[in-house]
Amino acid sequence: MENPILKTEHLTFSYPTEDAPKVILDGVDLEIQAGAFVAVLGHNGSGKSTLAKHMNAILLPSGGKVYVSGIDTADEERLLDIRRTVGMVFQNPDNQIVANVVEEDCAFGPENLGVPPDEIRTQVDAALRAVGMYHLRDHAPHLLSGGQKQRIAIAGVLAMKPRCVVLDEPTAMLDPIGRREVLETVKKLNVENEVTVVLITHHMDEAAQAGRVIVMSDGKIVADGAPRDIFPQVEMLRSVGLAPPETVELMYELRKEGLDLPLDALSDEECAQALYTLLSR
Amino acid sequence: MALKDITLGQYFPGDSILHRLDPRAKILLTVFYIVALFMAKNILSYSLMFATLTGCILVSHVGFRVLVRGMKPILFIVVFTAILNLFYTPGEGEPLVAFWIFKIYWEGIRTAFFMVLRIMMLISCTFLLTYTTSPILLTDALESLLGPLKKLRLPIHELAMMMSIALRFIPTLIEETDKIMAAQKARGADFDSGNLLEKAKALIPLLVPLFISAFRRADELAVAMECRCYHGGEGRTRMRQLKYAGRDYTALLLGFGLCLSIWGINLLGVF
Repeated sequence: MENPILKTEHLTFSYPTEDAPKVILDGVDLEIQAGAFVAVLGHNGSGKSTLAKHMNAILLPSGGKVYVSGIDTADEERLLDIRRTVGMVFQNPDNQIVANVVEEDCAFGPENLGVPPDEIRTQVDAALRAVGMYHLRDHAPHLLSGGQKQRIAIAGVLAMKPRCVVLDEPTAMLDPIGRREVLETVKKLNVENEVTVVLITHHMDEAAQAGRVIVMSDGKIVADGAPRDIFPQVEMLRSVGLAPPETVELMYELRKEGLDLPLDALSDEECAQALYTLLSR
Repeated sequence: MALKDITLGQYFPGDSILHRLDPRAKILLTVFYIVALFMAKNILSYSLMFATLTGCILVSHVGFRVLVRGMKPILFIVVFTAILNLFYTPGEGEPLVAFWIFKIYWEGIRTAFFMVLRIMMLISCTFLLTYTTSPILLTDALESLLGPLKKLRLPIHELAMMMSIALRFIPTLIEETDKIMAAQKARGADFDSGNLLEKAKALIPLLVPLFISAFRRADELAVAMECRCYHGGEGRTRMRQLKYAGRDYTALLLGFGLCLSIWGINLLGVF
């Protein structure tokens, strides 16, 4: 098996408070393979954002280790290598855009890495094309929509040619259209640019599109598997404060009434098909 | 609300020769112009300066109306200066008007007129610089022009970075101010009535949330910048490289020529 791009070994993170130290992450063991599309689900305060911040050394573990393509994140000498391997996109697009022109912002990362000007130009153009923002490259970011701004933020990370992108609730502040734009972009990156994607979210329908879902609660991983295996566990999801996808919920409630329906119908089509099959019997 | 009227530091995209000049050349030209402006002493030199400025404005396609609008906030200073100069310039011979303790001499009118003209032209030429140069280019140019001072351990890169981020966040914070204002007004806050002290007090519920949010933004931005490998100016390259072209040298020569001619006019002592 290929060397995992992200690996945590019994990762713990806590910060001191007046009484006992507050534990945010409590022994997380995780391996993410290169090229994967992983969604991390969790209720507020489950530690999912803290986990994300460990993936490119914004936070350093209080205990345990984090490896980014084999590099220990505690190794300060390799900090830039770690951060150019794992790019990070945050919730609020306004607070991660540095420059007043789209393409200048996109160039910020490669500029910091000391890439020669001509190469920056090609990387920036490629990144902006990948997120479908090339036609707006000389616009001012503050005049664009939320979804567009978030796509610029993604392009800014992409221009550093990372092998992995961690997105920390990138759609939380967006309207439905913006959410769809961003999610489509993320999926495209994973498939076409072969970038490993870690999507932190609390939207079930977003997580359902990933290849692997990790559910977190109280700083621990409580479930890890394909969406089709995770989402039918309705009781488990409810116990950690998450609502299962609406389709699964419908199937679940109907099954409780004694109807013979599959629980793994995730998409609307599958759900409709299952109902149709049942009714036409 | 007047928040949207602030045009200071705002850029009007365009493709005129002024837009295309190297930003470093434009900053130097502005400096030349200001130097010449302060050397100008008589009608001939002022006319020359005025003609140069008018020419530049016409070429830039920015439009006089925008410039005049930008001038509104400093109207008070202009009027104040004019009045001071009008009354306090001592002159020879009989005063033109005299009442109570005020005496207006011909020299006062002259000085006030030239002073107002000087301030207006000074503001116009700096506005013209910011209107025709994108803030990013402007900070790049400043960083490049002040570059030699890095040897004296002055944090030039950091200053340029701070400036460009400040410029980047002006529209964001203005938008935020509008939002907070609307929210406070919806809950009965009154920003418009009362005396000066009451008005200032009314601003507190506006400023507190604004500052808190600005600090939060700064914190998030710092993390996001670190994530994108920002580690100061060392070893940093730029996508856009500044290069002097022939037109920049020509423009600089013309600017220098302007200074020389003003100096010449002063020497001749005409008018």
